[in-house]
Amino acid sequence: MGITLENIRFSYGAQTILKDLSCSFKGAGFHSILGPNGSGKTTLLDIVSGFLRPDQGGVFLDDTPITRIPKKQLARNIALVSQNFSVNFPYTVQEIILMGRHPYIDRFSHPTKEDYHMADTIMQRTGVDHLKNRKITELSGGEKQRCVFARALCQDTPILLLDEAFSNMDISHTLHLLAILKQEVHQKGKTIIAVLHDLNLASEWSDSMLFLKKGSILAQGNTTDVFTQEAIQAVFNVNTKVEYNEYVQAKQAYFKAS
Amino acid sequence: MTETKRNSAGKPSVLILVFIPALFFAVISSLSMGYLSIPVREIFCILLDPVFNLPLSNPDMAETFRAVILDVRLPRILTCAAVGGALSVSGVLFQGILLNPLADPYTLGVSAGAAFGAALAILLNLSATYVSIPIFAFIGACATLFFVVYLSYSPNQHSGGLSSNNLILSGIIVAAILSAGISFLKFIANEQVSVIIFWLMGSFASKTWLNFLVILAFLCIGFSIAYYYSRDLNLISLGDRSASSLGVNQKKVTVILLITGSMLAAVSVSISGIIGFVGLLVPHMIRLVTGPDNRALLPVSLLAGAILLLGADTITRAVLPHEIPIGILTALIGGPVFCWIFKRNRMR
Repeated sequence: MGITLENIRFSYGAQTILKDLSCSFKGAGFHSILGPNGSGKTTLLDIVSGFLRPDQGGVFLDDTPITRIPKKQLARNIALVSQNFSVNFPYTVQEIILMGRHPYIDRFSHPTKEDYHMADTIMQRTGVDHLKNRKITELSGGEKQRCVFARALCQDTPILLLDEAFSNMDISHTLHLLAILKQEVHQKGKTIIAVLHDLNLASEWSDSMLFLKKGSILAQGNTTDVFTQEAIQAVFNVNTKVEYNEYVQAKQAYFKAS
Repeated sequence: MTETKRNSAGKPSVLILVFIPALFFAVISSLSMGYLSIPVREIFCILLDPVFNLPLSNPDMAETFRAVILDVRLPRILTCAAVGGALSVSGVLFQGILLNPLADPYTLGVSAGAAFGAALAILLNLSATYVSIPIFAFIGACATLFFVVYLSYSPNQHSGGLSSNNLILSGIIVAAILSAGISFLKFIANEQVSVIIFWLMGSFASKTWLNFLVILAFLCIGFSIAYYYSRDLNLISLGDRSASSLGVNQKKVTVILLITGSMLAAVSVSISGIIGFVGLLVPHMIRLVTGPDNRALLPVSLLAGAILLLGADTITRAVLPHEIPIGILTALIGGPVFCWIFKRNRMR
């Protein structure tokens, strides 16, 4: 399974967000998207998930344009952990996570035993099972984010989009969930596309990287090839030093204000 | 696991099983109460007469009792219960769509539109006022709704489209303009001003079977549509991106449910005037019991709203020495109750 974007152009009024962007995310792998604020990362995910329609160009799931795929069908293929994790009504955590099964449940039927079982397993894996009967509105930001993450896993899709999915989590939970993602990639062959802010975590965990700046791709490729001093300096305009770190066994970047 | 499953699936059906007999009991006891007190036995005789041909125990009063029950009280009571249910369902829908547990059927200015239409009909002294007022009120409510949706709609997703903030803001603006318009109509109305004021305060006096059939038809259709989309409405509370990624066509569902909720409110207002707090309070209280799942919230709120408004109407009709407009009663009771719930939730 894979996602291909062809000549995507998108603008809000006069402001162009994405300029003639083409790229693809294919096969099992963890792909991260990096770039400064306002570079179009979230818009890119919105276009991949079908939430926004590009002004020009197309998004393809394998070879089918996603505009031709019915919404529920699409939801069985692409899941999204969005930046906004607030829920306005006091659903329990279990109810929220079961909502991930929505694309599989007919309009007038209820979740099956398997749906409940799947939700339970995922709650245990993501470490939110102790919150199961708590109300989502009473949880902290990081806890809510973990629940939203669990909901997206429960959607059981070959493609998973993450938009700053770890922004409110502590490092221990972040690493735990990243490890789960890695497992999903290896065991189920999932394609994961994640917008990340932490360059060093991205370097440690992702197979490929895409640098976005002002709506254009500056670099895309294997993490080891793309994660360079020059690329980071060009994208973020900061003084950078990149070196291989034995402890995490990946390249890491160090920054200094200019 | 099985325990929570039973909780979430069992509670609403138990509540429905409790509320249906409760509603029936409320209707019967309300039928017996009033200026002329009618024994419950006689009521059953009159209601079941077409089927069983039962003799009344008090034949002298038979014709009076029959007329009071069948022509006066029953249509009023059933209309009142149906309006209570419609306002509550409408409240559930508005709170769900606007992502705001404090929204009510009138948030988008539907009541102001209906009031303006009714005031205009009264002022112009249109012939057959009892027909023209509801029709004008209904047209006013619909026109307001479409204008509010038009104001907040934008084809561009980024500027929010039909977002709850846009809708609430547009609703407030339009309602403010309309209430100035209503004040102006009152100002130039001279002697009819009392008719306008009385209509605005709401009443179920002299409701007919036709009123009941109209509201019942709208209630059935509206509830079916609402229930059909109830799971989508649950998902909308996760935010538009998440709902969309879970396979919900958020814009379509929003528009359909918005129209459904507004129609229910518009028909209610056009039949009985403006009755506040039912649409706000009932879903709010029921949510504390059933949880926010709209599949449970919708049917239970409908029944609870019907019982509550019927109770309030029976108080104004049969208990108080002088009939007062029901809109005043619901506001006087509902307001403080709402304050209490609101404060209690703050204190937790």
